[in-house]
Amino acid sequence: MNINVNGKKQRIDVDPQTPLLYVLRDQLNLTGTKYGCGEARCGACSVVVDGQVMRSCVTPVGRVADKQITTIEGLENDGKLTPLQEAFLKADALQCGYCTSGMIVAASNLLSKNPKPTREEIVKHMDGNICRCGTYLRIVKAVQIAAGTAREVAE
Amino acid sequence: MNDLNDDLELELERYELFAGPLYNFHFNRRQFLQAFSGGIALIVPTSNLIAHALQQEQGESGRRGNERVPDDIGAWIHIDESGVVSVFTGKVELGQNIRTSLAQAVADELHVPLNDIRLVMADTDLTPFDMGTFGSMSTPRMAPQLRKAAAAARETLIALAAEQWKVEPSAVRIVNARFVNHDASKSLTLAEVAKGRKLVKTIPPDVAITPAKDWTIAGTPAPKVDGRDFVTGKHQYTTDIKRDGMLYGRIVRPSAMEAKLLSSDTKAAEAMKGVVVVRDGDFIGVAAPEHQTAVRAEKAIAVHWQAPGQPGNDALFDYLKKNAAASRGSRPVGSMADGLAAADKKLSQAYTIAYIAHAPLEPRAAVAEWNDGKLTVWTGTQRPFGVRSELAEAFHIPEEKIRVIVPDTGSGYGGKHTGECAIEAARLARGTGKPVKLVWTREEEFNWAYFRPAGVIEISSGVKNDGTVTAWEFHNYNSGASAMQVKYNFPNQDIQFHNSKSPLRQGSYRGLAATANHFAREVHMDELAQLVNLDPVEFRLKNIKDERLKGVLEAAASSFGWGRKKAEGRGRGIACGFEKGSYVAAAAEVSVDAKTGSVKIERVVESFECGAIVNKLHLHNQVEGAVVQAIGGAMFENIQFKDGQILNGRFSKYRLPRFSDVPAIEIVLLDRRDLPSAGAGETPIVGLAPAVSNAIFDATGKRIRSMPLT
Repeated sequence: MNINVNGKKQRIDVDPQTPLLYVLRDQLNLTGTKYGCGEARCGACSVVVDGQVMRSCVTPVGRVADKQITTIEGLENDGKLTPLQEAFLKADALQCGYCTSGMIVAASNLLSKNPKPTREEIVKHMDGNICRCGTYLRIVKAVQIAAGTAREVAE
Repeated sequence: MNDLNDDLELELERYELFAGPLYNFHFNRRQFLQAFSGGIALIVPTSNLIAHALQQEQGESGRRGNERVPDDIGAWIHIDESGVVSVFTGKVELGQNIRTSLAQAVADELHVPLNDIRLVMADTDLTPFDMGTFGSMSTPRMAPQLRKAAAAARETLIALAAEQWKVEPSAVRIVNARFVNHDASKSLTLAEVAKGRKLVKTIPPDVAITPAKDWTIAGTPAPKVDGRDFVTGKHQYTTDIKRDGMLYGRIVRPSAMEAKLLSSDTKAAEAMKGVVVVRDGDFIGVAAPEHQTAVRAEKAIAVHWQAPGQPGNDALFDYLKKNAAASRGSRPVGSMADGLAAADKKLSQAYTIAYIAHAPLEPRAAVAEWNDGKLTVWTGTQRPFGVRSELAEAFHIPEEKIRVIVPDTGSGYGGKHTGECAIEAARLARGTGKPVKLVWTREEEFNWAYFRPAGVIEISSGVKNDGTVTAWEFHNYNSGASAMQVKYNFPNQDIQFHNSKSPLRQGSYRGLAATANHFAREVHMDELAQLVNLDPVEFRLKNIKDERLKGVLEAAASSFGWGRKKAEGRGRGIACGFEKGSYVAAAAEVSVDAKTGSVKIERVVESFECGAIVNKLHLHNQVEGAVVQAIGGAMFENIQFKDGQILNGRFSKYRLPRFSDVPAIEIVLLDRRDLPSAGAGETPIVGLAPAVSNAIFDATGKRIRSMPLT
């Protein structure tokens, strides 16, 4: 079957029931997308498929054939970080970083649909993503910095 | 008091260390010299005591001479002939940002930019032995050692530059990674000074380090040194490592804890293309070229287990008390009888704390590879050398034949001290003859790792009507002894820890039992304040002599606006404490729904003081993160179990704090440049739960004496 990841079309030979997560990580070497729970409850495996955030750990790859898939690796442009990635660094919005890919993918999808989200909209959109280190307030701040709505830069 | 503390120190280690070796000579001079190619190396012996002994043994060695390399190397700094500064330490980066803060300490002493420092961490072939990354020790212990090494390196390099220019060392300074002479007419780079040298020195025990008030790079909010790799998804965690010909592993798990294997049939799995089944006693694992095939093969194995009946969490607290050992060791201070006789009011209450899971977002994982009898394992652990010992024991091979490498890891919180996953991956790799990656599933994480201990705490106390606490008797059953000791000024104390039989496997956790002991103590203090009709802050201050504890309590109360009028339906609570060299106070405001009784944490102010602040940005992040993590244990985390099975061991059943659970949080950091830096990864977690419980009482009149607060 065909798969279209980060603007690149590739042929893969795989059981269509295989979760997209393992195709990305093991076959395409796109390891930025992480396993966290295997039941769509933590968001570490978030990718964007045709403009919607999906949990790749429960998405059979057969369901996304020929759709546009974007992973964390697809955000950078010519080695340049997106404003959202820059904002994560600026707000120190991570500790161990394991949730960061999923957070950035989910937040970039929000900003693409809603460039100036309110705090409540950010929380609602991101509530399915877990940061066990507890950097939630900083992640909200990072999204606000990227959206240009931050009142002040986080310490 | 000293005796009391000494006794308790032993108990503390019970959960923290799993008894590491007393001595370890495996990173010895031979290995060091193999790793050292040239340039200049400064070695930190495991203890300054040993360094001191060495100095005496060697006599006054000349400033430039090569010294005997000590047997026990604690850390070393290497400046190679191209001027690259490498720091070798066995510590692990798990999100606490010591890769940044330790580099800051070295950069500070060497007067080179932060980006010029490279940290080589947690690789048993390259870095010296380290007990492990836990107990908030990296900042108070490793950082000063690295500073000494860096300071000694600086002085050595200055002496070499001075010699080259034929001037006195005092006429040479190092400014921004360049050596300059008195009028800055001449300069040399680090590389120019280190070129052609092969010089090894042990740091003198009395080398002076820069006091915190003169820090230039430490003490600044430097961003995470490799932050870019994390926001781009490029950082390679253990789970991301791939080796040539690597297989994916999966383990067949017992039906319950302590279950014995009765029978198994692996034929169907063995018939699958590419699948290898590895059996060794009750261990059954599979490996396959793709993850999905390994999953299918594991499911295709038919197994029958027999599990004994085991206690469940419905009768947990009775069980812990029934199975408690006599308390060990500690002697009372003063007399409880006298203290109670002097009291106007007395109070006895019991508090309970549930088992909770660490739930690090990156589960346990390992990639194992055997080459010519040598085993290499990449794994996320807080104890690389401890895991190496476990592997040596499991495979009956010497530690020299094992290399454990820890990539910067997806957190641990005390949950990654053991090597089960590494052993399993290595067993599969040996059985298949190929490298094997094993990533535990989230369910395996919950079922086969270990938990923060549950416990029962009983307190009996006496108080005078003026608020003076006269008697304090405290018994902790099973949850641990950390922070049982009080910083309050209680004249009569009897504080005891009792081991018990834990129905579940239990171990270290961020802050250990400091959370449980602070919860019980600080809720009880609130109850006493209520009993004598005093304001909770005023009541605590009346019993505090320690200026630092007073400092954090007053800071939190003041930023919170403790005395201000509160809104309808709201409640306020406060708590304070001390552990591992740092002080914390938390104030919380909650709202309680009048109809449903559901509690919402609206606002938290937490003050924290850990001596001189190394990096305010990351400290703030740590403290804030600890408050958020504490919300889980305070409000909903609670392991349910029965007959050796975990009943809520997955994210859909075990609730963790999410975006919508997080209140407004204000962190007040007190920077004490006049005091040595303590670690900060743990203590900030202890204050929230009692503050919230006390706030719920303030709102509803109902005392909650269990964690989670239900």
